[in-house]
Formats: sequence, C-alpha cells, structure tokens
Amino acid sequence: MIHSLFLVNSSGDIFLEKHWKSVVSRSVCDYFFEAQERASEPENVPPVIPTPHHYLISVLRHRIYFVAVIQSEVPPLFVIEFLHRVVDTFQDYFGLCTEAAIKDNVVVVYELLEEMLDNGFPLATESNILKELIKPPTILRTVVNTITGSTNVGEQLPTGQLSVVPWRRTGVKYTNNEAYFDVVEEIDAIIDKSGSTITAEIQGVIDACVKLTGMPDLTLSFMNPRLLDDVSFHPCVRFKRWEAERILSFIPPDGNFRLLSYHVSSQNLVAIPVYVKHNITFREGSSQGRFELTLGPKQTMGKAVESVLVSSQLPRGVLNANLNASQGTYTFDPVTKLLTWDVGKINPQKLPSLKGSMSLQAGASKPDENPTIIIQFKIQQMAISGLKVNRLDMYGEKYKPFKGIKYMTKAGKFQVRT
Amino acid sequence: MSSGSGFGDEKGGSSSVGEPEYGHDPASGGIFSSDYKRHDDLKEMLDSNKDSLKLEAMKRIVAMIARGKNASDLFPAVVKNVACKNIEVKKLVYVYLVRYAEEQQDLALLSISTFQRGLKDPNQLIRASALRVLSSIRVTIIVPIMMLAIKEAASDMSPYVRKTAAHAIPKLYSLDPEQKDQLIEVIEKLLADKTTLVAGSVVMAFEEVCPERIDLIHKNYRKLCNLLIDVEEWGQVVIINMLTRYARTQFLNPNVNESLLEESGEKAFYGSDDEEGKEEKAEAAALAKRKPYVMDPDHRLLLRNTKPLLQSRNAAVVMAVAQLYFHLAPKAEVGVIAKALVRLMRSHSEVQYVVLQNVATMTIKRRGMFEPYLKSFYIRSTDPTQIKILKLEVLTNLANETNISTILREFQTYIKSMDKDFVAATIQAIGRCATNIGEVRDTCLNGLVQLLSNRDELVVAESVVVIKKLLQMQPEQHSDIIKHMAKLTDNIQVPMARASILWLIGEYCEHVPKIAPDVLRKMAKTFTNEEDIVKLQIINLAAKLYLTNSKQTKLLTQYVLNLAKYDQNYDIRDRARFIRQLIVPTDKSGALSKYAKKLFLALKPAPVLESPFKDRDHFQLGSLSHLLNAKAGGYQELPDWPETAPDPSVRNVELEDVITTSEGRIGLLGDWREVPEWTKCSSREKRKEKKVEKPFYSDSEEESGPTESADSESDSASGSGSGSESEESGSGSESEESREESESEQEDKEDEEDKRKKKKKTDRGKVKAPAVESPESEESSGAEEKNRAQKVKGRRSGSESESEEEEESESESSRSESESESESESDTDAKKKKKAPVTKPPPKQAKKESKKEKKEMSLLDLDDFEPTPSPQVTPVNNFLSSSLVTDLEGLSLTDTVMAPTTIAPSGSVKTYELLHRITGEGLGVEYCFSRQPFSPDAHMVAVQIMFTNNTNAETKNLHVEDPKLQSGMRIKEFPEIELLPPGEMVTVVMGIDFCDSTQAANFQLCTHIRKFFVSIQPPVGELMMPVFMTENEFKKEQGQLMGMNEISEKLTLGEKCQNEHGIVQRVTSAANVSRVPCGSDKECRFAGKTVSSGILVLVTVATKEERAAQLTVNCEKMVIGTMLVKDILQALTQ
Repeated sequence: MIHSLFLVNSSGDIFLEKHWKSVVSRSVCDYFFEAQERASEPENVPPVIPTPHHYLISVLRHRIYFVAVIQSEVPPLFVIEFLHRVVDTFQDYFGLCTEAAIKDNVVVVYELLEEMLDNGFPLATESNILKELIKPPTILRTVVNTITGSTNVGEQLPTGQLSVVPWRRTGVKYTNNEAYFDVVEEIDAIIDKSGSTITAEIQGVIDACVKLTGMPDLTLSFMNPRLLDDVSFHPCVRFKRWEAERILSFIPPDGNFRLLSYHVSSQNLVAIPVYVKHNITFREGSSQGRFELTLGPKQTMGKAVESVLVSSQLPRGVLNANLNASQGTYTFDPVTKLLTWDVGKINPQKLPSLKGSMSLQAGASKPDENPTIIIQFKIQQMAISGLKVNRLDMYGEKYKPFKGIKYMTKAGKFQVRT
Repeated sequence: MSSGSGFGDEKGGSSSVGEPEYGHDPASGGIFSSDYKRHDDLKEMLDSNKDSLKLEAMKRIVAMIARGKNASDLFPAVVKNVACKNIEVKKLVYVYLVRYAEEQQDLALLSISTFQRGLKDPNQLIRASALRVLSSIRVTIIVPIMMLAIKEAASDMSPYVRKTAAHAIPKLYSLDPEQKDQLIEVIEKLLADKTTLVAGSVVMAFEEVCPERIDLIHKNYRKLCNLLIDVEEWGQVVIINMLTRYARTQFLNPNVNESLLEESGEKAFYGSDDEEGKEEKAEAAALAKRKPYVMDPDHRLLLRNTKPLLQSRNAAVVMAVAQLYFHLAPKAEVGVIAKALVRLMRSHSEVQYVVLQNVATMTIKRRGMFEPYLKSFYIRSTDPTQIKILKLEVLTNLANETNISTILREFQTYIKSMDKDFVAATIQAIGRCATNIGEVRDTCLNGLVQLLSNRDELVVAESVVVIKKLLQMQPEQHSDIIKHMAKLTDNIQVPMARASILWLIGEYCEHVPKIAPDVLRKMAKTFTNEEDIVKLQIINLAAKLYLTNSKQTKLLTQYVLNLAKYDQNYDIRDRARFIRQLIVPTDKSGALSKYAKKLFLALKPAPVLESPFKDRDHFQLGSLSHLLNAKAGGYQELPDWPETAPDPSVRNVELEDVITTSEGRIGLLGDWREVPEWTKCSSREKRKEKKVEKPFYSDSEEESGPTESADSESDSASGSGSGSESEESGSGSESEESREESESEQEDKEDEEDKRKKKKKTDRGKVKAPAVESPESEESSGAEEKNRAQKVKGRRSGSESESEEEEESESESSRSESESESESESDTDAKKKKKAPVTKPPPKQAKKESKKEKKEMSLLDLDDFEPTPSPQVTPVNNFLSSSLVTDLEGLSLTDTVMAPTTIAPSGSVKTYELLHRITGEGLGVEYCFSRQPFSPDAHMVAVQIMFTNNTNAETKNLHVEDPKLQSGMRIKEFPEIELLPPGEMVTVVMGIDFCDSTQAANFQLCTHIRKFFVSIQPPVGELMMPVFMTENEFKKEQGQLMGMNEISEKLTLGEKCQNEHGIVQRVTSAANVSRVPCGSDKECRFAGKTVSSGILVLVTVATKEERAAQLTVNCEKMVIGTMLVKDILQALTQ
C-alpha cells in the first residue's frame, strides 16, 4: 500500500522521509514539485499525481505537504484519510503540527510512523494505543529523560491492540472524574446579493473530553433526536442502539475525541443569525469605488453575536481602501487585496458599519466582479438547530462524574455574495 | 540517496569491543552525552555500555535517516545492539535495520537469531514484534526462515500474532514471488480465522498475493460479511472492495429486469448491459419473464451488513460502501449512499476532491440520486479551483428541465468570479447544459452572446468557442446569431474572439451570404493591425469565400493574400502562399487544387459536449484507476455480472463454522446467522420449521444494546431475514422471501400455519399464543400484510430486526409474550414435575439474617450496609418461588434450607432455549433463571441449564469455553459434565455476572466433538433479587430515590389481575422482587436489588377506581428502571 512518505514544506524542501518497503528515491518528488509550480494556489495541487512508476497522493495541512508514494492500485481516499490521521496524531502529540515541531521531535515522529504502518498497511491508528506505545513528549518528561536517560517509549506492551475496545486503555484513573461535551454547530450558508438565502445547512459536531476512571459506559440522549438527518459516529458508538432508540450509547475513549458529527436536515429552515447590508460599487471611468457595509443581528434568540470577523477578497484593481469603521479595526493588505474587519461583538442598538472609498488603479477599467463577503461569528450557549441534550448517564462505574455540556453556534462557510 | 556520510571512517575496523555491558548508571551517561556531538563518535557511543549513550547515538542516527542522509556505514556498530535490553534503543535499532538490511545483507544476518528467539517468546506481543521485524528485513537468504516463521505464526494461539503473520505474507511475497503457492496455503488458513483482528489483514494479503483466487473466499464469505462491522476501519475498506469484486462474479445482476424495462432513451445502469446486443436483451427479457429475479440471500447479506458503515467517520469506509452499493445494489436502493457522500463534502479538500470525482461519475448514470442535494454542490468563492470545477461538473450532470433555471442563475454568479479558469469552466458547463436541454438552448446562447462583450479575454474566447460548438449543431437556425456576431467584430478587440468569429463566418458563409463578404472587406482594411491569429483567420475566411462566392470576393482575397505575403510573421506568409497555390487555379497548380473546396468546406463534425466522466464507471468507483481514468498497476477489473449465477452452495459451510461471533463489542449487525439450507430452495419447508422452533422469549433484545451478535442460535437466520426484508420495503426487488411467498405459497401458508402451531405445542411444550398468530395471518391477504405478519413472527422467534415500524411489531410481540407467560405457567408446571420437587422455600429473609451473611463475607466492613455490593439476602440454596412469595409474604422464615445439587424451578419459571436439539445435533439445551442466589459468587445470577441428549450416542465432556463478554461481565462455568448418556437429562447451574445490564453473555458450549456458540440474555427482571424491608424502610428509601430516579406510568390493569393477588403474581413473575408489607390495600409494594451491584429497585403499584392503576419504579439505574417499567407494564396490562 503506502510505500514511502515525504514531508515537504512550503518552500519545496523535503524535510522528512520514511520508507516502509524498499527505499524510493526522493527524486520521485520532482513530479510533485512540477505540479506545485503549475498550481496557482497551494491548495490547487492535485491530490493524486501519476508518475511513470509511482503515484503520489498528497494532503496539505498546516502548510506542509504530506506526500505518500504508492506503487499500485489502492483507494485514494484510504491514503488521504490515513495521511490526515497521521497529521491528527502529530497534532495530538506535539500540540502543533508545524515543520519545527516535527523536526524537534523527529525521533518520536519516526517511531510513530513505524507503529502506524506495517509494510504500508495501517496498523495502529488509535491514539490511545499509540500513546501506550510511545508517550507524547512533555517538557517535564524531556527534562527527566535527558537527566536520567530514561525513554519515552512505553515500557509496557501495546495491550490495547488486543482489547475489544481498542479505543480505550484499561486502568485509566482520575481523581476528578469529568465528562464534558461541546455541541458545536456551524452554519454553512450562501446569501445572495439581495439578502435571501440561497443555501443554508447546519453541520454539527459533538466533541467530547472525557476523563473518567475505569470503564464507564455512557449514554447520551437528546430531547429532539429527529433533528439529526445524517450522522457519523466515532467507532465507540453502538449503532444499533441509535437505530432503535436514538440514544448514543458508548464506552468513551480516554481524553478528547469527536463523538458524533451530524447534519441537520435541510428541510428545516435554518435561522440566519446575522444580516449584511452592503453597497460596493465601482464607477466606470472613475478611479474611485464606494464601499459600505453594515452588519446586524437577526434570529439570534436573544443571544449575542460575538467574535465577528468580516473578510473579503477585493478585486485585483483595487489599490487601497480608505475606510471608516464604526467599531473594531480593519486592515487591507494591498498585496493580496484581502480586506479584514475585526468587528467583535454586535451591539443591536448601534450596528457596526464600515464605510469609505476604494481607490482603483488609474486607467484600469471597472472590475466586473463584486467581492464575496465572508463572515465569521460565534454565538455562545445556543445550538442554532435547537438540538438539546436531554441527559447523560453513566453505567458500569460507581462514582459520580462531573458532567458538562456546552453549546455553541459558529459560522462555517458563511458567504454573502454582493 | 544524496549527500554521502559525514562521519569519519577511522573507526571503521575498531568496532570489535565485544559484547557491550549494559550500564545501569544513567546519570553519568547523561553528563557525558553532551561531549559526543560529532558523528565520528557515534560508533563509540554505540559500543559503550551505557544505554543512554546508545540511545543518544541511535536518536541521532534515526534523525539522519529521516533527513535522507546515508548512515549505512554504521551498520556493524548498530546491528550489535539488536539484543539491547533498553526498549527504545531496541526499537530504533529495528528502524535502522529495516532501512539498511537490504544493502548490508551479510551483516543483517547477525540479527536473525535474536528474532528467532523472539518468535518463541511466551508473550504474544513479543512474538508478534519479532515476526514483524524479521519479515521486514528484505534479505533473500532468510526467505525459508521467514516462510517457516509465518507458517508457525499463522497457527499461533494469539490472534494478534496471526494478524502479524497476515501482514508478513505480502512482505515475503514481494521479496520472493516464488513462494506464492505456499503463501496461498497460509492465506487460506488465515481466511478461515474467526477473529476480527485477523480478517482485515488477511484480506489485504489476499489482495496483494492472489486476488485471482476468488474461490478461497467462498467458504469465508458469510463470515466476512458478519464480521465486517467489527473489523478495524482500514480492514473494512479492503474487505468491502474485495467483496464487491466477489459479488460481481457470484451473483446475478439485480437490475437485469429493470434495465430491460427501461425506455430506450435511458441508459442501462451498468456498462456491461450496454455491450449486450439487442437480441440478447430480448432473449434475456423473455427469460426474465419466465423466471423473475430473486436476489441471492448472500447478496442481500452483503448489502445489509455494509449499510451501517455508511455512518463511519472514516471517509474511505464510506466511499467503499458507496461504491459497493453503486456496483451491486438494486437500483432502488442505491440512493441511500447519496446522503453519506454529501456529508463527506464537509471534509478536507482532498477528500472532497476524490468524492466529487466519484459523485461526478455516479451522477451521469444515476442523476436522481443526488438531485435532492443539488444545493450542496453550490460553489463557494473560497473553494480551491479544482474543487470548483468538479462541483461544476456535478451541477451540470444534475441539470434537467426542472432545475435548469436555478442552475443557470447560479452559473450567472459564477461567471463573475475572479477565478478565470473557473469562469471558463462555467461557460463550458453552460454550453453543455444548452446542448443537453433543448428548452434552454436559446437562453443559453443569448447569455453567451452577451458574454462576448466581456472584458476578459478568457471569458470571451471561451464563450465564442462554446457558441461556436452550439452553432455547429444547428447552424441553419441561428444565422441571426452569426449575423450578430459578425456585427460584434466592430467592438470586440480580443483577438481570440475575433478569430473565432471569423472562423464561424467563414464556416457558415452560406448562411450569411451578404454579410460575409462585407466582413472580409472590413477585415482586409484592418488586416495589418490585427493580431496573428486573427490574420490567419482572415486568410481562412478569404479562402472559403473565394471558393463559394468568388465573384464578389476574388479581388478582396487577392488583396488579403498579397498583404499576407509581405507580413512579418512567417507563419502568415507561409499560409498565404499555401492557400494561394491551393485555391487560385494556375497553369501548374497541383493535383490538390481541384479538391480545394472539399478541403476547406468539408463538413466538420459537431463537437460533442459531454462529461469527461462519461463511461468512467467501468473502473471500480473509489479506486485509483477511476480517479486517474487509467488502469493503475495491480488494478483488478470489476468483472461483469455472470449470465447465470454460479452455484450458491459453495458458500455453505458446516454449521459450527458459521456461527461466528465478533469479539464482543459492537455487533451492530451480528444478528444474522446462516443456516446452510437457507440458500437451497428445496429446504424451504425445513426453514419454516426452523422458524417455528426459534427461541421464543428473546424479544427483550431491544433493550439489550450492543452485544447481540451472538444471542441467538443459528436458525434465527430466517427470522432476521424476513425482518430486514420488510425493513427495506419500497425497494423494487427487495426480498426473495416475501416475494417467493406471495407468489407461490399463498395456499401453503394456511397449512403451514397449522403445522407450525402443532409443532409449537408438541415440541416446546409451551403455549405459543396462537390466538395472536391466527388473526394476524388471516388478515394478511395482501403481500404487505403478510410481510408484516412475517415480521412479527420473526420477532417473536427471537431474531432481532431493525425494522422501522418497530413499535408496531413490538407491541404485537410483547402482547404475545406476556400472554404466553401467563398461559404457559400450567404447561411448564406439568413439564417440570419430573424434576426435583418443588420445595417451599422461605420467601423472606430477615434483615438480621442478611447481616449475618454479610459478616461472613466481609468482616471488616460491618457498617457499610446498605448499598454494598454483596448483601446476600437469601441464604445459600434458598429458593424463591415467585408465586410463593405472594402466599408467604410477611413471613420471615430463615431456616428452611435445602441443599439439592440442582434446583427445582418453580412452576412459573420460564425456560429459554439455549440450543435447539436440531441445531445441536441431538443435544438440546434449555436454561432458566432459577432466582436462586449463586453460592460461589453473590454477584452472579444463577442460570440453570438443562441438557438433554436426544441422540443415540453418548455425549462427553460438556463444558463451557471461550466466553465473550462485555467488559465487566463474568462467568462462573458449571463443572464439566463428563458423560451424558443417550436420552438422559442433566441439569447444572452456572453463574453469570451480567453487570446489571441486559446484554447477552456469549460463550461456546463444547462437547467432545463439537462446539456451539450460544448466548444467554437475561430479562431485566432476572437481574435482581428480592430484598425484604418494612413499610417504613421502603418509604425512606423511596424518598431518597425521587426525581430522576423515579419512573411512573399510568396503566389499565388487565382482566386477570384486577385483584391484589393477581397483581402480585404478575409483578413477581416479571421481576425477581419480593413484596413489602403494606397497610393500604390500594397499594402493592415490592423491593429488590440488582444482583451485581446491589442497587435498590422499588416497585409500587397503586390501584385506583375501575381498573386504572399507577406503576412507579424507583431505581438509581435509569436503564434498569425504564426497562423494568416496560416489562411490568406488559405483565399487568395483559
């Protein structure tokens, strides 16, 4: 399956290579660099590049290309999904998956890659098994290791691989037993020029942070499970129970994990919590353009819209923008033509606005496109779909855990066309 | 490999320090390590006897390897450390060894003995790791050793080692392909493995070594299908892909009938159908008429067992299932994958890219599937270009008469995008929509014509090209557009567009006979100022006009050619010269000139605007080959459906092999158990019988959560089959069973019903509530009702089905259950008489007594009385007959102890079937919950098991093996029964700690010859034991269990339990609780506690006027409370 892996940074240097079968020369990456040059944007490099003898499958994460070399037929998603899993693991281990972090922990990275693939076939990808095998580096442990010469390789053998619940270690112990669940919903929407919604969907996830002793068996039920149109589960969730009773029943992994991601049926009308009034015009023949933007809350159920950030890719012809923000700060990057406006919290009494003029390149004709406005925001303590967790119960253990559930609504891919 | 090694070689020969000692003074090592920073010293460090130094050296070496630096000359120094005791040093040495062993074969051999030793280690994980490294060393000379090691590991006890063996197979194969035959043997052996751990890896080995040996799969097909859900995600992908191929060779095309019925306009779903000639089709149609398509149950099994995996978080798994459905499912069922695929669109852009490619292919053949999700493919300005273009492709494929206006409106916004590649693609998409949908062709053309005035060259060029293509299809209708475009030449400055317009006018000069010469005149005027491509087209236009209308244009053409003759660009000069020779007749003009008209005005074929994804589906979707639209190395073609199905019996396996259970966890789908006869038509009768004989009481499985995979024995197959068939109602060719029945067995049905009833009565000695059955079957005149009836049957017979109309069938089944409960009492009574006599046990136990008990158990823990896990209330061997409880309530007897080895069940104890005598080949096993404390362990529920040997031979060594339990659950096995003579019956007691859950305990029942997978699933009422308390205590406890811990239900009492006695009897038969004395006659109170954790369960039934009553259950464990309420409610309302 996966023959080799090369890590390529944004400047096109291979800074790590790992081979699971015989060695593949790094010159194979030349094909990748060619494709990289052809692509106008970093994310436009095709994920699959055929070369005479190999196929390169790559993913781009944190400005690092993870390029897998394969030699024969394999489902591309298999490789892509695996590479993302590798990145997730690195992130889990090092906090950040940057070039520097990988270089600093090259030995751990190598050990991890060695365990994750055997002869190119995934072996241990569950983070708790890996953590049993290779302890994540912490500052304390690094210090202790250099002084005592002890290792960060787990002494015990990977018993988790033999377990029937491979996602959970045995013998977990905590003094504070806590289980936190974050219900995070993202609104993906496209709003057209006149303010009407072209498409709006809600994508939600339930991220959990479970620190419970022993082998707890949790059940989570919803007040209104019918809202959920399409769901995908962490492998720990008992599918049958969900099918029959719409209850999430699971033995949780230890630590952070994504329990569930769901999609709220598009039949339900999605409440759009903000509206935008805009007037962006360029006049023919003049080197000036008008820019006016006002934001306001709607359908927020009394909750404040926070952390609002507006960004817009202005047309190439725009030289500069001379604007006036009633609230927050704006920046305009004359090179990338990216306008960002950090609004903060929307005050319904005094709506934030950004007004002013744009200067255009002299003699340039009027740009025929209008920029799209991308909005980010957060609303705390509300799931916009109305999803509510009914209760969380724990079985199998005797202590009383501390339970917490948090709701949040965020803008996902929220775009306003102008 | 690049840059040579940077370390000196002066130490090259001196690495003979001998066996290094392992230092135990890490501190000193740490201090010294800073001094050794230069590569020259790496060898010294490796030779030292300090682990920390070695580790430091190895880390640096590994860092070098990671950067791609050559570290091969350190090989001798490193390989010595292979036996190092420090685990991290060892691991890093392995990394090094695997990397360089190929280059240094001789030296690598030094390490082999270490691994060979490791292969014999008692610890399975060490064995596995030794095999893993040994097989990763690519040294040809050790092939025999590897072969031996793999063979040995393949029959290792530990599934983990066997998994590693499966991983090693492709490694060895790539090293020495000549070992193939031997390796296939190993694969065959491992394929038969029953653990989920091995399944994924061995199928991967199969795919790499011998994908053509599809015959190896037959015997394992059903097992793989059943295990699939519990296999780790990567293995799932490989297995699903392999099974897709397998199914294509073994089953019939489920759409064969539909594709024949389709209108000629619509294409058949599968490429293979297109290839068939029409005659063949007609023939097939005739054939199909005679013999309606019936889906092979194994085919159905595959579809059913893969479906839940659409919910996987792993995109690769979802895609694998999607392609399986696309290639294998009946048309009507393919739709389910759309939702899951659309969900993947939220994932990383690489995932989106691959998914969109596949969706694009699917939308060509199955447009309807994705139509509801049209808006999910709308493009955002932030999408990467390659994603935008793919989405556009999908949108174009989805366009039809109804949605074209929305799509075109959407396209209009895209045209204004800043991403010009994307705009160009949009224009092409518009062109395709216009060609596909006649209604909008004119609108599209007009829109495109407007785009001709766009400022962007790319947009204009693309529009012109697309317009050109559109016009080429029906030029005669659009001479006005050509005229319009001719006028545009005055305004449009983009050379590409001008050139395209000129080409158009030249090509269709006959349609615009007046304008064309005028355009040429204008162009001739500006010729010198035009761009090169325009000039070339002017020459072209001139030539064409000269040939068609030489009278008007002769001079103009001459003029243009003269201008071109002196042009700066040699291309233009050459072209002018060439054309002049060709068209202007001269005395020495070549042979070609008379063909000039044919050459220039040949009818050019209209370009076909079709999706680049057309016909891509001959590649297996989701594969690399599909993505690249080219066959990748190692790609296995997806075979065409066979004309006639190969013999399905090849998949039959002996019964014992079939009933495999998963490792215990999920069992999301583990309800399917095959019977070999299932597939044979002749055995239908038999099947019916089996259905009847299924265990009756296991309806409680809805509450039992996940571990149902092994809960029923093999014959539940038929039941679950029918259940799921009805689940998939609405699908065209859903269930062979229901169809079969509705078609051929209308009349048989009645007889069968009778037969079944008889069977039930005689066979089981239990009343099967025919009263429920018969109305059900009578009303079932149509196929649908029949289906439903069947489902109910299925349910009652103990198979779990994921039916959607659960509630309905649930109530049916529950009714039947409780009815039988009540009615069966007398029957069972009679039956059980021959067993040990029913003794009058003390129904109540004074608290004093229980305290005493406790004292014996935990002397130190006297105070901790109430909620402790082990307050054993009734003394050992005391036995509580629930019916007696009612009679003797209020008494506090203690001493009526009897000690029979086996316990006599009271009249009302229900027996459940553990192993039917047919399935068990003569060994019949039943069990019941004796409600007896289990003496060896108070946390266990006593289960009394009755073996009956119905064969003529002796059965020996009956024992329990290999229990597969939920975490926390425990089993105390019964002592082995050494001999069971023919016709005899033996009763034993075993203890199971169910951990207060109703999940089944799965284990194997072994005789001296056979093994049977069985499972015991307790009704919630059996998970508790009675507690005796006074009214005051009861009230106190109840007060503490208010709020969330209290569940109340209003009910109407059934006819037979309106008096107090009736209520008490019903409640105590539903749950193992004891009555609490009570002053009021309006209330009945009961108390019990769970066996495993001793949590109190309080039940109150308050009667009101008429037959109304209120049931209250107080229990800390919500699930138990809820389930108990349900059970008691059922008992009382009947």
